[in-house]
Amino acid sequence: MNHAAANVLIVGVGGQGTLLASKILGLAAQLSGLDVKQSEVHGMAQRGGSVVTYVRFAAKVYSPLVEKGQADMILAFEKLEALRWANYLKIGGTLIVNEQEILPMPVITGEAKYPGQIFEKLARQDIRVIPVQAVRLAGEIGELRATNVILLGVAARLLGFKQEVWQQAIEEAVPAKALPVNLGAFTRGWNLQAV
Amino acid sequence: MELYGERVTVIKKLLSGNEAIARGAYEAGVRAATAYPGTPSTEILENIAQYDEIYSEWAPNEKVAVEVAQGACFAGARSLVAMKHVGVNVAADPLFSLSYTGVNGGFIVVSADDPGMHSSQNEQDNRYYAKFMKMVLLEPSDSQEAKDFVLAGLEISEQFDIPVFLRTTTRIAHSKGLVTLGERAAAPMRPYEKNMAKYVVVPANARRLRLSLEQRLHKLARFAETFPGNRIEGSGKEFAVITSGISYQYTKEALGEKATILKLGMTFPLPENLIKNFIARFERVYVIEEGEPYLEEQIKAMGLRVVGKELLPRIGEMSTAVIKQVLLQEEAVLTEPLPEMPARPPVLCPGCPHRGVFYVINKLGAVVTTDIGCYTLGALPPLNSGETSICMGSSIGNAMGMSKMLPDKKIVATIGDSTFLHSGVTGLMDVVYNRGILTLVILDNAITGMTGHQHHPGTGFTVKNQPTNKIDLEAVVRACGVKKVWTVNAYNLTEVEAALTEAVHSGEPAVVITRQPCVLIEKNKKRLPYSIDKNCKYCKMCLRLGCPAIENKADAVVINPALCNGCGVCGQICKFQAIGKEAQS
Repeated sequence: MNHAAANVLIVGVGGQGTLLASKILGLAAQLSGLDVKQSEVHGMAQRGGSVVTYVRFAAKVYSPLVEKGQADMILAFEKLEALRWANYLKIGGTLIVNEQEILPMPVITGEAKYPGQIFEKLARQDIRVIPVQAVRLAGEIGELRATNVILLGVAARLLGFKQEVWQQAIEEAVPAKALPVNLGAFTRGWNLQAV
Repeated sequence: MELYGERVTVIKKLLSGNEAIARGAYEAGVRAATAYPGTPSTEILENIAQYDEIYSEWAPNEKVAVEVAQGACFAGARSLVAMKHVGVNVAADPLFSLSYTGVNGGFIVVSADDPGMHSSQNEQDNRYYAKFMKMVLLEPSDSQEAKDFVLAGLEISEQFDIPVFLRTTTRIAHSKGLVTLGERAAAPMRPYEKNMAKYVVVPANARRLRLSLEQRLHKLARFAETFPGNRIEGSGKEFAVITSGISYQYTKEALGEKATILKLGMTFPLPENLIKNFIARFERVYVIEEGEPYLEEQIKAMGLRVVGKELLPRIGEMSTAVIKQVLLQEEAVLTEPLPEMPARPPVLCPGCPHRGVFYVINKLGAVVTTDIGCYTLGALPPLNSGETSICMGSSIGNAMGMSKMLPDKKIVATIGDSTFLHSGVTGLMDVVYNRGILTLVILDNAITGMTGHQHHPGTGFTVKNQPTNKIDLEAVVRACGVKKVWTVNAYNLTEVEAALTEAVHSGEPAVVITRQPCVLIEKNKKRLPYSIDKNCKYCKMCLRLGCPAIENKADAVVINPALCNGCGVCGQICKFQAIGKEAQS
């Protein structure tokens, strides 16, 4: 991955903490001296709907959006959302997938089926897929709400900014009392053997 | 950076368009800011309210917000009012007259439009409003410009005695970019003088003001020619483009060095000579604008030839991909296609106090009108409750018209507390005055929910979280002359059903207030989750609630303890007493 310029999507379900992850990523890019734009979704979609935030960094960024076929990386907080947004990846792009299932309403009511074998569907030559059991890892450090920052830690290793830059970004983005947990979660993701 | 011989550190911050507008208001010395929440505009006032120097308020609706900001402006203060695009419909009345009167302190109205309808009922292009209202129209293309245009706009407003219409869109409002911060300007109060010829728009005065307005606009049209926000960029030979707002970014992204661009920051009045001279240099000029052909129509009316909406879409959002496709015939290279998958629509939260109320309403066999807020989601499957939803407050008027034309039907209107105070109360007056026979359900969750928990006149707190007077909904309803009024606990379905049944059979205007705070603000008061035991007969009744915590697992229904907020509504509808609170482990 080109460390001086990248298009990243962070996707998930409203309420999963995608906004905090994109905020930290945006700050890390800014602290590395790059131009940054990021785009978020507010309002209705946040009520348990499918959500996406875009983060772009480069020497100069114009559009705040990432288009289909343009993303270097997608960080998916939920399996079905990974599948939904996967075609935003460019050929050779990286898809980090949290192995969590959150049932959408049409599945709950029995109108639709949650797709099976998502990893089989994603296993193909033109993209790289990294599964992460982030909920289990968050359980191990005793803080389920830190799932988002664990996933960011996995992504961070590939995005290439220096570790101290990430630390500084996290310090700016989270309140002081939540800092130790978030730094711990980030390190857990950063050190994952899978990467 | 060297400034007055001192080293000054340039501070850059990653800000959304809304945060940048708030920062601009602070730096420009704004003293009064008002708003009613609405996506994508809400964070403007939330951020302004953090500055002690600025008087800030959530108004009950956008019209009141404009009138308060207008009063502050007449008093001599720099003022700003913010709303979503459809809020301008509500506020249009005082805004139209403000161009006539002009200002004392500078005045900016921010309209945050929503192309693509991410969180809105329509995609009206409010640039037409600015032209219609005869206000200066500024269209920022990123966060830095959003801040700069607040500062420039207030200067223009005071210099030309005119209100300024700052128009953003979702991708400006909710995209972040780096913004250079500055200090707050002094901007002292301008003296207030009684001046009825200016501020009282009776016909005799309004006719004089009408003439002066055209003179002011004439001067502004000259000013637009040299306004630095209108500029020509690049020297590309393949394309010549006129653009504004977010479309500028997509144009740069798609065409880069191939294009010469006339980027317009001020789009009313338009700089006619600048446009004419630009177009004269090229064989063919494209107008790239999101939404309606606002620029294109005016440029064509100048007698000039441009290419716009015959090639580019007017529906939905503009994008880099569309420009590449249409102008460069370039398609994105995609990875292998993936199978269709289930949609994930937004839903009422687990524990949402509206859910049980809709469930009971569905048993009444009534025609149900609904309104604008989280509870509009009750119209989605499986609750399917709500047959009309048009605009803020419409549920009550719609129900009134239905009650008059469908006298044999039971009619129920549902509205939230914030929306009722916004523009429902006038509808209720009509019901009482003209003897409507219907039941109004006020879903009182003690907050403005959908936009992310903003206070309103019924919550007892100001935008700065200070305690204040609280409007009593039940007292308001009774004062309107409604005699049948019930206030019930939204989680207690027996109470809700008893009140509603009596209300719809009362033969007169009736109001049921269902009360329970929004589950998201009560989250820290975690109740124990419920679970389903072996008495379950898999009748699937509980699935009719559409609660995201209740999952249908092919041969059994289970409650997801991580999602359940313990509201207990499902336990009340289970016929087999199979749902109960989990024992504390």
